[in-house]
Amino acid sequence: MFSLFTTFFKIGLFTFGGGWAMIPAIEKEVVDIKKWLSKEEFLDALVISQSLPGILAVNISILVGQKRFGQKGSLIATLGTVLPSFILILLIAMFFVKIYDNPIVVAIFKGIRPAVVALIIAPVLSTAKSAKIGWRTVWIPGLIALLVWQWGISPVYLILVVVAIGLTIQYFKSRKA
Amino acid sequence: MLYLQLFWVYFKIGLFGFGGGYAMISLIQYEVVEHYQWLSLSEFTDVVAISQMTPGPIGINSATYIGYVTTGSIFGSMLTTFALCLPSFILVVTISKLLLKYNDNLYVRSIFAALRPTIVGLIAAAALLLMNSENFTDWKSIVFCAGAFALVRWTKIHPIWVICIAGLAGYIVYG
Repeated sequence: MFSLFTTFFKIGLFTFGGGWAMIPAIEKEVVDIKKWLSKEEFLDALVISQSLPGILAVNISILVGQKRFGQKGSLIATLGTVLPSFILILLIAMFFVKIYDNPIVVAIFKGIRPAVVALIIAPVLSTAKSAKIGWRTVWIPGLIALLVWQWGISPVYLILVVVAIGLTIQYFKSRKA
Repeated sequence: MLYLQLFWVYFKIGLFGFGGGYAMISLIQYEVVEHYQWLSLSEFTDVVAISQMTPGPIGINSATYIGYVTTGSIFGSMLTTFALCLPSFILVVTISKLLLKYNDNLYVRSIFAALRPTIVGLIAAAALLLMNSENFTDWKSIVFCAGAFALVRWTKIHPIWVICIAGLAGYIVYG
């Protein structure tokens, strides 16, 4: 049980970027080294983690922990994953507040902010490609972006509406068939 | 009251955060910047930058940071981080087995087919919202953004280095 904590702590501490960047590291530890899950079990866990909302790394920690050590295991694995970020960010938050007005820090962040925007534009293109967005479907993300950006509509409501639309479309498809 | 709001906001983000970190940014931004105005847009951008440069998922990083900055206490951080993970626990316990069984179910597929382009739109909204005068102070900002975009798009360079280079350039140009 303790090695469950240390394993996920290590993964949380050494993988930058989160999400998909963490998956190979988790698979290597959980499947190849510790043999807590078989390859198939891991892939199943990955499918579930991806489909569920929330943080991918947290979802998969919960599933691995639960599979191997029950309810307690899922808590411990998640704590392992979360704790490194938690401690590090807390220290940064405490420290950063104090240096925020420093002119050097101000200059550095003036350079960083536009770059962050670029880092968010890039995944728009890559996720559009993997979602197979073409000229005929580009209006959907376009409309969603416009609703949030210009009309200030909550993404939560949009997600609820989209889920309802998905269900309705399938309902009519099934009735026709 | 603030603690209750923080809990509720991060619970919602955990519950509706489909599509990974970047899609989650738009949810966090909507709640934290637009709705509750706990952070200004440039402060929020800085949180994203810090999250990119530190290990771990961006959702956790932002929860911990915002929990601390808004309340000034470690308990605030613990609360937001806990609230963010709570829906995952509930959902794994309740529906994870069902999901595997019904993964090929047409209704489940239809929902995800509809969610995919939505997520693209949400990430685009996050990018558009960040393109304001707080983050783009002059024409040099546009050069920085274009340069960073070219690096991410056409080289295999890790985002951490892009931020470091931009920070250094910022220091040289504005410092």
